[in-house]
Amino acid sequence: MTEVLSAPLVVEFPFTRSLGPVQSAFLTGLRERAVLGVRTADGKVLVPPVEYDPRTAEELRDLVEVATTGTVTTWAWNPDPRRGQPLGSPFAWVLVRLDGADTSLLHALDAPGPDAVRTGMRVRVRWAAERTGAITDIACFEPYEEGEPVVHQVTPHSGEFAGEAAVTGIVAAARLDYTYSPGRAQSQYIRALSGRRTVGERCPSCRKVYVPPRGACPTCGVATDEQVEVGPRGTVTTFCVVNIKAKNLDIEVPYVYAHIALDGADLALHGRIGGIPYDQVRMGLRVEPVWTDGGRYPDHYRPTGEPDADYDTYKELV
Amino acid sequence: MSNAPRLSGKEPVAVVGIGQTKHVAARRDVSIAGLVREAAQRALLDAELTWSDIDAVVIGKAPDFFEGVMMPELYLADALGAVGKPMLRVHTAGSVGGSTALVAANLVAGRVHGTVLTLAFEKQSESNAMWGLSLPVPFQQPLLAGAGGFFAPHVRAYMRRTGAPDTVGSLVAYKDRRNALKNPFAHLHEHDITLEKVQAAPMLWDPVRYSETCPSSDGACAMILTDRAGAARAPRPPAWMHGGAMRTEPTMFAGKDFVSPQAGKDCAADVYRQAGIADPRREIDAVEMYVPFSWYEPMWLENLGFAAEGEGWKLTESGVTELDGDLPVNMSGGVLSANPIGASGMIRFAEAALQVRGQAGEHQVAGARRALGHAYGGGSQFFSMWLVGAEPPTT
Repeated sequence: MTEVLSAPLVVEFPFTRSLGPVQSAFLTGLRERAVLGVRTADGKVLVPPVEYDPRTAEELRDLVEVATTGTVTTWAWNPDPRRGQPLGSPFAWVLVRLDGADTSLLHALDAPGPDAVRTGMRVRVRWAAERTGAITDIACFEPYEEGEPVVHQVTPHSGEFAGEAAVTGIVAAARLDYTYSPGRAQSQYIRALSGRRTVGERCPSCRKVYVPPRGACPTCGVATDEQVEVGPRGTVTTFCVVNIKAKNLDIEVPYVYAHIALDGADLALHGRIGGIPYDQVRMGLRVEPVWTDGGRYPDHYRPTGEPDADYDTYKELV
Repeated sequence: MSNAPRLSGKEPVAVVGIGQTKHVAARRDVSIAGLVREAAQRALLDAELTWSDIDAVVIGKAPDFFEGVMMPELYLADALGAVGKPMLRVHTAGSVGGSTALVAANLVAGRVHGTVLTLAFEKQSESNAMWGLSLPVPFQQPLLAGAGGFFAPHVRAYMRRTGAPDTVGSLVAYKDRRNALKNPFAHLHEHDITLEKVQAAPMLWDPVRYSETCPSSDGACAMILTDRAGAARAPRPPAWMHGGAMRTEPTMFAGKDFVSPQAGKDCAADVYRQAGIADPRREIDAVEMYVPFSWYEPMWLENLGFAAEGEGWKLTESGVTELDGDLPVNMSGGVLSANPIGASGMIRFAEAALQVRGQAGEHQVAGARRALGHAYGGGSQFFSMWLVGAEPPTT
């Protein structure tokens, strides 16, 4: 049994987000050291603000400013902060009801240890030195023991601030860390490729040869384990001529992207055709792989010089 | 009830409200919540209903990596008035808008709910679908060509199989972009479009020209589906569902016919059987199908049974699929004129319903009584379709 391969897979993308009027006012406010909420028809103040009433679904646009002090309504100690969290040393996750608000905001509380945190404790915003219009403009909350709970009167707010232009969008960088394993069948396939051999698997039921193998036949739903070496030669079943340069690919355009049925395989692989002008590639062209040192896959396929395959011999593979 | 037609046990499903946003390259003025809200409000307005009339919400969107919102059902519950109601999400890649509508329709047909809001959306401007399709999976060969490069070889295979002249694709693009000029919600409004311009556009993935590909759009589409009682209260004529089906097959398997996938044929056959359609070419008045690259029109005409194998391109070439033709296809301008991917399937379904309601405005097909809405997704992997009519179903 071949050892199953595995490797890290990091999926990372800077998604952008348009904020809409309410979130725009909220984040612009943070940049200007003000915390805005939104008032519902029944007079509740929601902080952070939302665009639509969670109870009635009505549109909410009645912005108000609340205090930057508040009360912890519940908390959890985080002994081991991870990358990207608000503080680098252990801290408490807290829900804070700011004075004047009826809902709580999730943030970090800078405290020396869990013994220093309790529900009901008074806290205040610690502003970040550099503010850009993001939730991280609140660096964290900090204890504010001198502050007594007060009945805070909220003040109506237009949502507009003097100074720089309003924040209308944010970048929401997303990152997922996976450990990827291609499984038993593909691990064997990849190992065989390192010896420049292409090994698929035959379905015991329909007898079709899968390249790359998946360990099971998707049509019959049964496991495949009979190894079958295919190729190295094959037939171009169809193709397109790529005229736009793809990011991260060091290939000059135009080039031919082809479906290639290796001899003995029952479905086509995808590969690039070289060694022939792009406008002379045709369906039925006979090709063979061209390897480069260290390449896991053939760099491309080139004509073998054999006569073209007759359409009828590969039309079921198109 | 004694006078009601005898039915197969399913509740008839009616479309009584349709709403969509003006599809554009980028809606920077609204959040995703604001975008879906706009479509949903328009559907409610069309049906003259309020949030409290809705019993359940069913939403769909593009694959998560396409826009980075992993749990839209969580984030959008308040924007869509779903608090206190069932809400669920459907995933089937590019066909999701169609599948989402069918899941919602089945909740009404099964008498689980009386009135359901269904909605699909995407903000392509806030993400990158090409990136989403090319994750750096370890050990795998990098994809060499993107979505167009995936589909272009299948177009070439179609041309080889049928002997279609290479101008057919440009005729489709020219037609769809002219139809879009009559649809205020379409993204592309190319007022100076000519066939020569379509044909002069550069080949991106030969045989697919730039002018024969879909745009990247922000948009949302919503429908309100209801039962007979709801339809009876509707202020405007409803569209009635006469059949709906979904089918799936693997992206790649030995024997897959990429030109005319079996799952698509089976899905259409199921819809026609439900609707009592023997000859779709004669009995269906208008078709709104998912054509992201122009050549998919003749390909789907065959796959859906409107033309014999190898003959689909002849319908296109002879003008049958023009707006004033015998079998108009993609009256809205189609995916070629607006493609918020997650919403595109539902827009097809909604257009079919608009046609039989007589509400399609300038792109209305006169006298349309039965229309097909079609969506597909993945690597020709998921299919979903419905047939809607101006009259309630009788079987």
